[in-house]
Amino acid sequence: MRQFDTELKELREGIMTMAGIAEDMIDLTIQAHSERSASKAEQVMQQDRLLDEWELRLDQVCIDLLALRAPAATDLRRIASSLKIVPELERIGDHCCNIARRATYVHPPILSSGSLERLGQETRAMVRQSVDAFVGNDAGLARMVIQADDSVDELYGSIYRELLRLMMSDPLCIERASHLILVIKNWERIADQATNIAEEVLFILEGRSAKHTYLQGDAAE
Amino acid sequence: MLNPKTPETKPVKLSVKDMHFSYGEKKVLDGLSLDIHAERVTAIIGPSGCGKSTFLKCFNRIHEVASEVKVGGDMQIDGIDIYRGGIDVVDLRRRIGMVFQKPNPFPKSIYENVAYGPRLFGVKDRAALDELVEDALRKAALWDEVKDRLKESATGMSGGQQQRLCIARALAVSPEVLLMDEPCSALDPIATAKIEELIIELKEHLTIVIVTHNMQQAARVSDYTALFWLGRLVEMDLTERIFTTPRERMTEDYITGRFG
Repeated sequence: MRQFDTELKELREGIMTMAGIAEDMIDLTIQAHSERSASKAEQVMQQDRLLDEWELRLDQVCIDLLALRAPAATDLRRIASSLKIVPELERIGDHCCNIARRATYVHPPILSSGSLERLGQETRAMVRQSVDAFVGNDAGLARMVIQADDSVDELYGSIYRELLRLMMSDPLCIERASHLILVIKNWERIADQATNIAEEVLFILEGRSAKHTYLQGDAAE
Repeated sequence: MLNPKTPETKPVKLSVKDMHFSYGEKKVLDGLSLDIHAERVTAIIGPSGCGKSTFLKCFNRIHEVASEVKVGGDMQIDGIDIYRGGIDVVDLRRRIGMVFQKPNPFPKSIYENVAYGPRLFGVKDRAALDELVEDALRKAALWDEVKDRLKESATGMSGGQQQRLCIARALAVSPEVLLMDEPCSALDPIATAKIEELIIELKEHLTIVIVTHNMQQAARVSDYTALFWLGRLVEMDLTERIFTTPRERMTEDYITGRFG
Protein backbone atom coordinates (compact mmCIF):
# COMPACT_ATOMS: atom_id res chain seq x y z
CA MET A 1 0.00 0.00 0.00
CA ARG A 2 1.28 3.47 -0.86
CA GLN A 3 2.22 5.76 2.01
CA PHE A 4 -0.55 8.19 1.01
CA ASP A 5 -3.15 5.42 1.12
CA THR A 6 -1.87 4.44 4.55
CA GLU A 7 -2.31 8.02 5.73
CA LEU A 8 -5.83 8.16 4.29
CA LYS A 9 -6.61 4.90 6.08
CA GLU A 10 -5.36 6.37 9.36
CA LEU A 11 -7.62 9.39 8.89
CA ARG A 12 -10.58 7.13 8.21
CA GLU A 13 -9.81 5.00 11.27
CA GLY A 14 -9.48 8.15 13.38
CA ILE A 15 -12.95 9.26 12.28
CA MET A 16 -14.31 5.78 13.06
CA THR A 17 -12.80 6.02 16.54
CA MET A 18 -14.38 9.44 17.07
CA ALA A 19 -17.70 8.09 15.83
CA GLY A 20 -17.39 5.16 18.25
CA ILE A 21 -16.84 7.53 21.17
CA ALA A 22 -19.77 9.71 20.07
CA GLU A 23 -22.05 6.65 19.85
CA ASP A 24 -20.96 5.48 23.33
CA MET A 25 -21.73 8.95 24.65
CA ILE A 26 -25.20 8.81 23.10
CA ASP A 27 -25.86 5.41 24.74
CA LEU A 28 -24.63 6.68 28.10
CA THR A 29 -26.74 9.82 27.75
CA ILE A 30 -29.87 7.76 27.08
CA GLN A 31 -29.06 5.55 30.08
CA ALA A 32 -28.28 8.55 32.30
CA HIS A 33 -31.79 9.84 31.67
CA SER A 34 -33.66 6.57 31.90
CA GLU A 35 -31.80 5.55 35.08
CA ARG A 36 -31.53 9.10 36.51
CA SER A 37 -27.86 8.30 36.87
CA ALA A 38 -25.55 11.16 37.84
CA SER A 39 -22.53 8.87 37.47
CA LYS A 40 -23.40 7.98 33.86
CA ALA A 41 -23.91 11.68 33.17
CA GLU A 42 -20.46 12.26 34.62
CA GLN A 43 -19.01 9.58 32.32
CA VAL A 44 -20.48 11.41 29.34
CA MET A 45 -18.63 14.59 30.39
CA GLN A 46 -15.39 12.64 30.73
CA GLN A 47 -15.75 11.08 27.29
CA ASP A 48 -16.23 14.51 25.77
CA ARG A 49 -12.62 15.35 26.45
CA LEU A 50 -11.58 12.39 24.27
CA LEU A 51 -13.64 13.70 21.38
CA ASP A 52 -12.05 17.13 21.76
CA GLU A 53 -8.60 15.59 21.66
CA TRP A 54 -9.45 13.58 18.54
CA GLU A 55 -10.82 16.68 16.87
CA LEU A 56 -7.52 18.52 17.31
CA ARG A 57 -5.55 15.51 16.14
CA LEU A 58 -7.62 14.82 13.03
CA ASP A 59 -7.80 18.50 12.07
CA GLN A 60 -4.02 18.45 11.94
CA VAL A 61 -3.98 15.19 9.96
CA CYS A 62 -6.31 16.75 7.36
CA ILE A 63 -4.28 19.96 7.09
CA ASP A 64 -1.06 17.94 6.72
CA LEU A 65 -2.58 15.76 4.00
CA LEU A 66 -3.80 18.82 2.09
CA ALA A 67 -0.46 20.58 2.39
CA LEU A 68 1.84 17.65 1.73
CA ARG A 69 -0.14 15.45 -0.65
CA ALA A 70 -2.01 18.01 -2.78
CA PRO A 71 -4.88 15.53 -3.13
CA ALA A 72 -7.31 15.47 -6.06
CA ALA A 73 -10.65 13.92 -6.98
CA THR A 74 -12.05 11.41 -4.44
CA ASP A 75 -9.02 11.82 -2.15
CA LEU A 76 -9.60 15.58 -2.07
CA ARG A 77 -13.31 15.19 -1.41
CA ARG A 78 -12.67 12.66 1.34
CA ILE A 79 -10.19 14.91 3.14
CA ALA A 80 -12.27 18.08 2.67
CA SER A 81 -15.34 16.25 3.99
CA SER A 82 -13.37 14.79 6.89
CA LEU A 83 -12.59 18.37 7.91
CA LYS A 84 -16.34 18.86 8.20
CA ILE A 85 -17.32 15.47 9.64
CA VAL A 86 -14.83 15.73 12.52
CA PRO A 87 -16.42 18.88 14.04
CA GLU A 88 -19.88 17.36 13.55
CA LEU A 89 -18.84 14.41 15.72
CA GLU A 90 -17.30 16.77 18.25
CA ARG A 91 -20.55 18.74 18.42
CA ILE A 92 -22.51 15.53 18.99
CA GLY A 93 -20.37 15.11 22.11
CA ASP A 94 -21.19 18.64 23.28
CA HIS A 95 -24.90 18.05 22.79
CA CYS A 96 -24.68 14.78 24.72
CA CYS A 97 -23.11 16.72 27.62
CA ASN A 98 -25.93 19.27 27.49
CA ILE A 99 -28.50 16.47 27.65
CA ALA A 100 -26.68 14.33 30.21
CA ARG A 101 -26.13 17.13 32.73
CA ARG A 102 -29.91 17.51 32.97
CA ALA A 103 -30.48 13.81 33.73
CA THR A 104 -31.35 14.45 37.38
CA TYR A 105 -33.27 17.72 36.92
CA VAL A 106 -36.12 16.35 34.88
CA HIS A 107 -37.71 13.96 37.34
CA PRO A 108 -40.31 12.95 38.24
CA PRO A 109 -41.24 12.54 34.57
CA ILE A 110 -43.83 14.83 33.11
CA LEU A 111 -43.87 13.58 29.53
CA SER A 112 -46.20 10.82 28.43
CA SER A 113 -45.71 7.64 26.47
CA GLY A 114 -41.91 7.38 26.22
CA SER A 115 -41.69 10.07 23.56
CA LEU A 116 -38.41 11.41 24.97
CA GLU A 117 -36.89 7.91 24.82
CA ARG A 118 -38.12 7.53 21.27
CA LEU A 119 -36.47 10.82 20.30
CA GLY A 120 -33.16 9.59 21.77
CA GLN A 121 -33.40 6.22 20.04
CA GLU A 122 -34.32 7.65 16.64
CA THR A 123 -31.49 10.15 16.84
CA ARG A 124 -29.11 7.42 17.92
CA ALA A 125 -30.12 5.31 14.90
CA MET A 126 -29.46 8.26 12.58
CA VAL A 127 -25.97 8.76 13.98
CA ARG A 128 -25.23 5.04 13.67
CA GLN A 129 -26.46 4.93 10.08
CA SER A 130 -24.55 8.05 9.06
CA VAL A 131 -21.35 6.50 10.42
CA ASP A 132 -22.16 3.19 8.71
CA ALA A 133 -22.72 5.07 5.44
CA PHE A 134 -19.29 6.71 5.84
CA VAL A 135 -17.55 3.46 6.67
CA GLY A 136 -19.33 1.41 4.00
CA ASN A 137 -19.38 4.09 1.27
CA ASP A 138 -23.14 3.59 1.19
CA ALA A 139 -24.99 6.41 -0.61
CA GLY A 140 -28.37 4.70 -0.15
CA LEU A 141 -27.95 4.60 3.61
CA ALA A 142 -26.80 8.25 3.65
CA ARG A 143 -30.02 9.21 1.84
CA MET A 144 -32.08 7.27 4.40
CA VAL A 145 -30.45 9.29 7.19
CA ILE A 146 -31.33 12.56 5.46
CA GLN A 147 -34.94 11.41 5.12
CA ALA A 148 -35.09 10.23 8.74
CA ASP A 149 -34.34 13.77 9.92
CA ASP A 150 -37.90 14.81 9.04
CA SER A 151 -39.29 12.19 11.40
CA VAL A 152 -37.04 13.41 14.24
CA ASP A 153 -38.03 17.02 13.55
CA GLU A 154 -41.68 16.01 13.71
CA LEU A 155 -41.20 14.17 16.99
CA TYR A 156 -39.28 17.14 18.40
CA GLY A 157 -42.14 19.47 17.41
CA SER A 158 -44.80 17.31 19.01
CA ILE A 159 -42.86 16.98 22.30
CA TYR A 160 -42.20 20.71 22.28
CA ARG A 161 -45.91 21.44 21.93
CA GLU A 162 -46.72 18.94 24.70
CA LEU A 163 -44.23 20.69 27.00
CA LEU A 164 -45.79 24.08 26.26
CA ARG A 165 -49.22 22.72 27.10
CA LEU A 166 -47.88 21.25 30.34
CA MET A 167 -46.28 24.53 31.36
CA MET A 168 -49.48 26.43 30.71
CA SER A 169 -51.60 23.99 32.65
CA ASP A 170 -49.28 23.39 35.59
CA PRO A 171 -46.76 26.08 36.63
CA LEU A 172 -45.10 23.58 38.99
CA CYS A 173 -43.60 21.72 36.04
CA ILE A 174 -42.14 24.80 34.33
CA GLU A 175 -38.62 24.20 35.59
CA ARG A 176 -38.53 20.55 34.46
CA ALA A 177 -40.21 21.42 31.19
CA SER A 178 -37.64 24.17 30.53
CA HIS A 179 -34.85 21.67 31.01
CA LEU A 180 -36.66 19.20 28.79
CA ILE A 181 -37.03 21.78 26.03
CA LEU A 182 -33.25 22.11 26.06
CA VAL A 183 -32.88 18.32 26.14
CA ILE A 184 -35.08 17.75 23.10
CA LYS A 185 -33.45 20.66 21.27
CA ASN A 186 -30.07 19.01 21.79
CA TRP A 187 -31.38 15.65 20.49
CA GLU A 188 -32.78 17.40 17.49
CA ARG A 189 -29.40 19.07 16.88
CA ILE A 190 -27.62 15.69 17.09
CA ALA A 191 -29.98 14.43 14.38
CA ASP A 192 -28.99 17.48 12.31
CA GLN A 193 -25.34 16.58 12.83
CA ALA A 194 -26.03 13.03 11.60
CA THR A 195 -27.75 14.55 8.56
CA ASN A 196 -24.73 16.75 7.88
CA ILE A 197 -22.44 13.71 8.07
CA ALA A 198 -24.71 11.86 5.62
CA GLU A 199 -24.56 14.84 3.25
CA GLU A 200 -20.77 14.77 3.40
CA VAL A 201 -20.83 11.04 2.62
CA LEU A 202 -22.88 11.78 -0.50
CA PHE A 203 -20.41 14.51 -1.49
CA ILE A 204 -17.50 12.10 -1.11
CA LEU A 205 -19.23 9.38 -3.12
CA GLU A 206 -20.98 11.43 -5.79
CA GLY A 207 -18.91 14.62 -6.01
CA ARG A 208 -21.93 16.86 -5.69
CA SER A 209 -23.05 18.83 -2.69
CA ALA A 210 -26.18 17.36 -1.14
CA LYS A 211 -26.78 20.53 0.89
CA HIS A 212 -29.34 23.24 0.11
CA THR A 213 -30.48 21.45 -3.02
CA TYR A 214 -33.08 24.17 -3.63
CA LEU A 215 -30.18 26.52 -4.51
CA GLN A 216 -28.59 24.16 -6.96
CA GLY A 217 -31.13 24.05 -9.79
CA ASP A 218 -30.28 21.41 -12.33
CA ALA A 219 -27.27 20.32 -10.33
CA ALA A 220 -29.66 18.96 -7.72
CA GLU A 221 -31.32 16.65 -10.24
CA MET B 1 -11.00 29.93 -13.29
CA LEU B 2 -13.88 28.70 -15.40
CA ASN B 3 -16.81 27.46 -13.43
CA PRO B 4 -19.01 24.51 -14.47
CA LYS B 5 -22.04 26.76 -14.11
CA THR B 6 -20.69 29.47 -16.43
CA PRO B 7 -21.24 28.72 -20.11
CA GLU B 8 -18.18 28.94 -22.38
CA THR B 9 -18.19 32.27 -24.18
CA LYS B 10 -14.98 31.93 -26.20
CA PRO B 11 -15.10 30.42 -29.69
CA VAL B 12 -13.25 27.28 -30.68
CA LYS B 13 -9.79 28.26 -31.90
CA LEU B 14 -8.33 24.85 -32.65
CA SER B 15 -10.44 21.90 -33.60
CA VAL B 16 -9.13 18.37 -33.89
CA LYS B 17 -11.17 15.51 -35.35
CA ASP B 18 -10.11 11.87 -35.55
CA MET B 19 -6.42 12.75 -35.60
CA HIS B 20 -4.02 9.92 -36.41
CA PHE B 21 -0.28 10.16 -36.41
CA SER B 22 2.49 7.64 -36.81
CA TYR B 23 6.25 7.60 -37.08
CA GLY B 24 6.84 4.71 -39.49
CA GLU B 25 5.11 1.70 -37.91
CA LYS B 26 4.73 3.37 -34.54
CA LYS B 27 1.27 4.74 -33.98
CA VAL B 28 1.42 7.81 -31.72
CA LEU B 29 -2.01 9.42 -32.05
CA ASP B 30 -4.95 7.12 -32.55
CA GLY B 31 -8.17 8.93 -33.41
CA LEU B 32 -8.00 11.99 -31.16
CA SER B 33 -10.81 14.52 -31.25
CA LEU B 34 -11.09 17.66 -29.16
CA ASP B 35 -11.77 21.40 -29.32
CA ILE B 36 -9.56 24.10 -27.86
CA HIS B 37 -11.17 27.42 -27.02
CA ALA B 38 -9.65 30.79 -27.78
CA GLU B 39 -8.06 32.74 -24.93
CA ARG B 40 -8.15 29.75 -22.63
CA VAL B 41 -5.35 27.63 -21.25
CA THR B 42 -5.75 23.97 -22.08
CA ALA B 43 -3.48 21.53 -20.26
CA ILE B 44 -2.60 18.18 -21.80
CA ILE B 45 -1.62 15.56 -19.23
CA GLY B 46 -0.78 11.90 -19.52
CA PRO B 47 2.01 9.39 -18.99
CA SER B 48 5.22 9.60 -21.03
CA GLY B 49 4.76 8.34 -24.56
CA CYS B 50 1.02 9.01 -24.67
CA GLY B 51 1.36 11.43 -27.59
CA LYS B 52 1.15 14.79 -25.81
CA SER B 53 4.22 16.39 -27.40
CA THR B 54 3.46 14.93 -30.83
CA PHE B 55 -0.03 16.36 -30.55
CA LEU B 56 1.43 19.83 -29.93
CA LYS B 57 3.84 19.52 -32.81
CA CYS B 58 0.98 18.66 -35.19
CA PHE B 59 -0.51 22.12 -34.71
CA ASN B 60 2.40 23.97 -36.28
CA ARG B 61 3.58 21.06 -38.39
CA ILE B 62 7.10 21.06 -37.00
CA HIS B 63 7.05 17.25 -37.08
CA GLU B 64 7.46 17.63 -40.84
CA VAL B 65 11.19 17.92 -40.34
CA ALA B 66 11.12 14.21 -39.46
CA SER B 67 10.80 11.55 -42.13
CA GLU B 68 8.35 8.63 -42.32
CA VAL B 69 5.59 10.58 -40.70
CA LYS B 70 1.97 9.80 -41.49
CA VAL B 71 -0.77 12.20 -40.47
CA GLY B 72 -4.51 11.64 -40.83
CA GLY B 73 -7.68 13.33 -39.66
CA ASP B 74 -8.63 16.99 -39.40
CA MET B 75 -6.88 19.74 -37.53
CA GLN B 76 -8.23 23.25 -37.95
CA ILE B 77 -7.37 26.74 -36.83
CA ASP B 78 -10.29 29.16 -37.01
CA GLY B 79 -12.09 26.62 -39.18
CA ILE B 80 -9.27 26.31 -41.73
CA ASP B 81 -7.60 22.96 -42.19
CA ILE B 82 -3.97 23.16 -41.08
CA TYR B 83 -2.97 20.35 -43.47
CA ARG B 84 -5.13 20.93 -46.51
CA GLY B 85 -6.25 24.54 -46.36
CA GLY B 86 -3.50 25.85 -48.60
CA ILE B 87 -1.92 27.31 -45.50
CA ASP B 88 1.59 28.81 -45.71
CA VAL B 89 3.58 26.78 -43.17
CA VAL B 90 5.86 29.69 -42.27
CA ASP B 91 2.85 31.86 -41.56
CA LEU B 92 1.24 28.98 -39.64
CA ARG B 93 4.30 28.82 -37.40
CA ARG B 94 4.09 32.56 -36.84
CA ARG B 95 0.44 32.20 -35.80
CA ILE B 96 1.16 29.17 -33.64
CA GLY B 97 4.30 29.72 -31.56
CA MET B 98 6.00 27.10 -29.46
CA VAL B 99 8.08 26.96 -26.29
CA PHE B 100 9.97 23.80 -25.41
CA GLN B 101 10.91 21.90 -22.30
CA LYS B 102 14.50 23.15 -22.25
CA PRO B 103 15.04 26.83 -22.89
CA ASN B 104 16.70 27.07 -26.29
CA PRO B 105 17.82 30.67 -26.89
CA PHE B 106 19.94 31.33 -29.95
CA PRO B 107 23.61 31.94 -29.13
CA LYS B 108 23.09 35.61 -29.79
CA SER B 109 22.31 38.70 -27.73
CA ILE B 110 19.07 39.02 -25.78
CA TYR B 111 17.94 41.69 -28.26
CA GLU B 112 18.75 39.59 -31.31
CA ASN B 113 16.89 36.59 -29.95
CA VAL B 114 13.68 38.57 -29.78
CA ALA B 115 14.27 40.56 -32.98
CA TYR B 116 15.01 37.41 -34.99
CA GLY B 117 11.38 36.54 -35.81
CA PRO B 118 10.19 40.03 -36.75
CA ARG B 119 13.29 40.43 -38.96
CA LEU B 120 12.46 37.17 -40.67
CA PHE B 121 9.01 38.56 -41.40
CA GLY B 122 10.48 41.69 -42.93
CA VAL B 123 10.69 44.28 -40.17
CA LYS B 124 13.87 46.22 -40.87
CA ASP B 125 13.28 49.59 -39.29
CA ARG B 126 15.40 49.86 -36.14
CA ALA B 127 12.90 51.91 -34.14
CA ALA B 128 10.09 49.48 -35.00
CA LEU B 129 12.29 46.55 -34.00
CA ASP B 130 13.21 48.25 -30.73
CA GLU B 131 9.57 48.71 -29.98
CA LEU B 132 8.70 45.09 -30.83
CA VAL B 133 11.55 43.78 -28.69
CA GLU B 134 10.57 45.90 -25.69
CA ASP B 135 6.91 44.99 -26.07
CA ALA B 136 7.65 41.25 -26.29
CA LEU B 137 10.05 41.38 -23.32
CA ARG B 138 7.48 43.29 -21.28
CA LYS B 139 4.77 40.76 -22.14
CA ALA B 140 7.13 37.99 -21.07
CA ALA B 141 7.73 39.83 -17.74
CA LEU B 142 11.44 40.07 -18.51
CA TRP B 143 11.97 43.69 -19.58
CA ASP B 144 12.87 45.10 -16.15
CA GLU B 145 15.46 42.39 -15.61
CA VAL B 146 17.23 42.77 -18.96
CA LYS B 147 16.60 46.29 -20.28
CA ASP B 148 20.14 47.40 -19.36
CA ARG B 149 21.88 44.42 -20.91
CA LEU B 150 20.08 43.75 -24.15
CA LYS B 151 23.38 43.32 -25.96
CA GLU B 152 24.63 40.62 -23.63
CA SER B 153 24.51 37.00 -24.70
CA ALA B 154 21.26 35.20 -23.93
CA THR B 155 23.17 32.11 -22.87
CA GLY B 156 24.43 33.96 -19.78
CA MET B 157 20.92 34.29 -18.36
CA SER B 158 19.41 32.03 -15.68
CA GLY B 159 17.25 29.10 -16.81
CA GLY B 160 14.04 30.89 -15.85
CA GLN B 161 15.11 34.04 -17.69
CA GLN B 162 16.08 32.01 -20.75
CA GLN B 163 12.65 30.38 -20.80
CA ARG B 164 10.93 33.76 -20.55
CA LEU B 165 13.20 34.98 -23.34
CA CYS B 166 12.01 32.05 -25.46
CA ILE B 167 8.43 33.09 -24.67
CA ALA B 168 9.30 36.69 -25.62
CA ARG B 169 10.83 35.40 -28.86
CA ALA B 170 7.62 33.55 -29.64
CA LEU B 171 5.49 36.58 -28.73
CA ALA B 172 7.53 38.97 -30.91
CA VAL B 173 5.79 37.73 -34.05
CA SER B 174 2.30 38.22 -32.54
CA PRO B 175 1.12 34.62 -32.46
CA GLU B 176 -2.50 33.68 -31.83
CA VAL B 177 -1.68 30.38 -30.18
CA LEU B 178 1.20 29.47 -27.89
CA LEU B 179 2.11 25.81 -27.52
CA MET B 180 4.15 25.04 -24.41
CA ASP B 181 5.80 21.66 -24.02
CA GLU B 182 6.64 21.21 -20.33
CA PRO B 183 7.93 24.79 -20.15
CA CYS B 184 8.79 24.64 -16.44
CA SER B 185 10.25 21.17 -16.09
CA ALA B 186 13.82 22.50 -15.99
CA LEU B 187 13.05 25.45 -13.72
CA ASP B 188 13.11 26.04 -9.96
CA PRO B 189 9.85 26.87 -8.10
CA ILE B 190 10.39 30.65 -8.24
CA ALA B 191 11.04 30.66 -12.00
CA THR B 192 8.10 28.25 -12.41
CA ALA B 193 5.80 30.60 -10.50
CA LYS B 194 6.83 33.48 -12.78
CA ILE B 195 6.10 31.48 -15.92
CA GLU B 196 2.75 30.37 -14.50
CA GLU B 197 1.78 33.97 -13.70
CA LEU B 198 2.83 34.87 -17.20
CA ILE B 199 0.65 32.13 -18.73
CA ILE B 200 -2.37 33.49 -16.88
CA GLU B 201 -1.61 37.05 -18.11
CA LEU B 202 -0.97 35.95 -21.68
CA LYS B 203 -4.23 34.08 -22.06
CA GLU B 204 -6.03 37.41 -22.19
CA HIS B 205 -4.96 37.63 -25.83
CA LEU B 206 -3.63 34.17 -26.64
CA THR B 207 -4.83 30.61 -26.84
CA ILE B 208 -2.44 28.49 -24.84
CA VAL B 209 -1.95 24.72 -24.93
CA ILE B 210 0.45 23.42 -22.30
CA VAL B 211 1.80 19.92 -21.90
CA THR B 212 2.80 19.21 -18.32
CA HIS B 213 3.70 16.31 -16.09
CA ASN B 214 3.05 18.46 -13.06
CA MET B 215 -0.56 17.88 -12.00
CA GLN B 216 -0.55 20.89 -9.70
CA GLN B 217 0.68 23.09 -12.52
CA ALA B 218 -2.18 21.91 -14.74
CA ALA B 219 -4.57 22.62 -11.85
CA ARG B 220 -3.10 26.07 -11.21
CA VAL B 221 -2.90 27.51 -14.71
CA SER B 222 -5.39 25.79 -16.98
CA ASP B 223 -9.07 26.27 -17.72
CA TYR B 224 -9.42 22.89 -19.40
CA THR B 225 -7.50 19.68 -18.88
CA ALA B 226 -7.30 16.74 -21.26
CA LEU B 227 -5.88 13.35 -20.31
CA PHE B 228 -4.20 11.35 -23.09
CA TRP B 229 -3.39 7.68 -22.91
CA LEU B 230 -1.86 5.60 -25.71
CA GLY B 231 -2.60 8.29 -28.27
CA ARG B 232 -6.24 8.59 -27.31
CA LEU B 233 -8.24 11.12 -25.37
CA VAL B 234 -9.44 9.62 -22.11
CA GLU B 235 -11.30 12.66 -20.84
CA MET B 236 -11.35 16.41 -21.36
CA ASP B 237 -13.28 18.79 -19.16
CA LEU B 238 -13.02 21.96 -17.14
CA THR B 239 -9.91 21.71 -14.99
CA GLU B 240 -12.00 22.26 -11.87
CA ARG B 241 -14.06 19.18 -12.73
CA ILE B 242 -11.10 17.03 -13.70
CA PHE B 243 -9.43 17.65 -10.35
CA THR B 244 -12.51 17.31 -8.16
CA THR B 245 -14.96 15.00 -9.92
CA PRO B 246 -13.49 13.34 -13.01
CA ARG B 247 -15.90 11.13 -14.94
CA GLU B 248 -13.43 8.44 -15.91
CA ARG B 249 -11.82 6.02 -13.49
CA MET B 250 -8.58 6.27 -15.44
CA THR B 251 -8.48 10.05 -14.95
CA GLU B 252 -9.05 9.63 -11.22
CA ASP B 253 -6.26 7.07 -11.03
CA TYR B 254 -3.88 9.23 -13.05
CA ILE B 255 -4.34 12.48 -11.17
CA THR B 256 -4.21 10.75 -7.79
CA GLY B 257 -1.02 8.89 -8.69
CA ARG B 258 -2.59 5.42 -8.69
CA PHE B 259 -2.22 4.88 -12.42
CA GLY B 260 -0.88 1.48 -13.44
